[in-house]
Amino acid sequence: MELSKETHTKIDEVIPRYPEKRSAALMVIHLIQDELGFISDDTCTWIADKLELQPINIKELITFYPMLRESPWAKKHIRVCRTLPCALRGSYGTCKVLEEKLGVKESHVREDGEFSIEFMECLADCGEGPVVMVGEETYENIEGKNAVKFADLLVQGKLGTSKNFTSYESALVSESPVSKSTKKK
Amino acid sequence: MIKKNTPKERRIILKHADDPKYSNKISCYLKNDGYAMLKKAFKMKPEEIGEEVLKSGVRGRGGAGFPAGMKWKFLDRKSGKPIYLICNADESEPGTFKDRQIMHKDPHQLIEGMMITAYAIQAKQAFIYIRAEFFEGARILEKAIAEAKEKNFCGDKILGSSFSCDLVVHRGAGAYICGEETGLIESLEGKRPNPRIKPPYFPAVLGLYQCPTIVNNVETLCNVKHILEIGGEEFSKIGKPNNTGTRIWCVSGQVKKPGYYEFECGALTLGEMIYDICGGLLPGRTLKAIIPGGSSSKILRADERFIGKLKDGTEFDWGIEDIPLDFDGPASVGSMSGSGGIIVMDDTVDMVEAMANINAFYAHESCGQCTPCREGSLWMKKITTRMCAGDAREEDADLLLSVANQIEGRTICAFGEAAAWPTQSFIAKFRSEFEGKAQNGKNKPTLQLI
Repeated sequence: MELSKETHTKIDEVIPRYPEKRSAALMVIHLIQDELGFISDDTCTWIADKLELQPINIKELITFYPMLRESPWAKKHIRVCRTLPCALRGSYGTCKVLEEKLGVKESHVREDGEFSIEFMECLADCGEGPVVMVGEETYENIEGKNAVKFADLLVQGKLGTSKNFTSYESALVSESPVSKSTKKK
Repeated sequence: MIKKNTPKERRIILKHADDPKYSNKISCYLKNDGYAMLKKAFKMKPEEIGEEVLKSGVRGRGGAGFPAGMKWKFLDRKSGKPIYLICNADESEPGTFKDRQIMHKDPHQLIEGMMITAYAIQAKQAFIYIRAEFFEGARILEKAIAEAKEKNFCGDKILGSSFSCDLVVHRGAGAYICGEETGLIESLEGKRPNPRIKPPYFPAVLGLYQCPTIVNNVETLCNVKHILEIGGEEFSKIGKPNNTGTRIWCVSGQVKKPGYYEFECGALTLGEMIYDICGGLLPGRTLKAIIPGGSSSKILRADERFIGKLKDGTEFDWGIEDIPLDFDGPASVGSMSGSGGIIVMDDTVDMVEAMANINAFYAHESCGQCTPCREGSLWMKKITTRMCAGDAREEDADLLLSVANQIEGRTICAFGEAAAWPTQSFIAKFRSEFEGKAQNGKNKPTLQLI
């Protein structure tokens, strides 16, 4: 397992925050998964050694928690909220649009490793549903026509970043290439 | 119909949250009297703060509504073991998104509330357990804690006193069960979040590392700051007796203006919330049902009459719109205010589909420790999903009910009830739709929920 120096430093910084080493397990796993994308059996053993545990103590976490992975998601991982409040506002339709436009089925990784889609349970932003996350960014009200535009921009690599709490519409305005070029003129 | 004055929000917790000039930086918080209550707290004896919180009557905002002051009283102080404070920021009850607002927009309010609480219960170590999907929230909190440490509001020898308390942000990894306080503790110990049996594992006695531990919700901990500011006695006059303070209600689903709204407890009815505050239903739709307190709470049908007696003996005869929004209102009609997540459904919703959606959630989230819940939640999902796929049977409603009834009361934690209550109430209120599926199951509804 190859880890960057930076991640090693972060791991060594996070462990002493806890009264007992084992408590650091999830945070250490997050740090490694952020860099490598998944936790292999070798990594389990490495983490276990680091925290003075048995590999099974780490493996049982990887296989339990929905966000921990034994294989990587794609470069761009899309999370779509599936649960009732978002579903009532059309998240099943949103997921279908994304599946078609990105060419990959929910809970799968596209062959070229570019996109993967995951139908998630409640993302706790129900007032602005349907909620979609791209990596760590949250996009709100992605439904109907918005969903189509969203998927198109995503495929074109023009989605841009959106701060939490900006609506999808305003994210589009500030990030659209047209408005940027007009500003320059 | 004569329209009454629209009830006005009273923002205590979210006072600054949506002010465009307000930021989550410590400089901004300090400009708005931030950490003044922490200074006040340090001039008081720890037990005096506990007394104020007890007097305030503030009830937990996470779901169960247990009085926070009472919870603190249960703390085992004689054991000599270290005491821990944990903020439950796992916010994962479907329909709830209030803690997100606090943590993103006003993180120092939470830190101040936590440090006051830590001093009051004499905890030397505190944690914020935040769900991993809140990437941004965790970053904001980390930054805010670093700022607070730099100014000595947190960490070593707080405000130059002899009291120290470290505060650590701990991220979960996508499991709903971590919102259950003993599951959360197991998770924080680095294990699978299998909830512990109570008794004996009441966190206040045998919590984190088998030490006395207080677990409070984000909103509850923020309230501690305001109780100190207003005074326990005065705070108890906000809202209604037994329902003190404000609550942040989260409205989602099929209304014109979903969102979060902070009101004094009991200041408005469910009807006023839906029609006056949230702008009513979408054009041409009529109200069908409301889930009043997150997806675990029992559903209420729009055309029901709720007749009964309140705890104080007053009789009531309410329609769905008359139910007061506080802790006791939804509870007195057989549901609960839970985490404050109000999910609105209109006449376009197929109730069997909505049920299947909820069942899929609980089947996904059961920790699997107790057989009735692990197997039952899966069966309820299988049955309702099959019903929606055009293969409904006459006996399905009774079958679902029998599964739900065999989960309720037969599990270690309240997840069993959370999974059973939706099914029990959906069938009690909408049985004809479940039975109707067997006759016209091929009729595909327009809105897909499963």
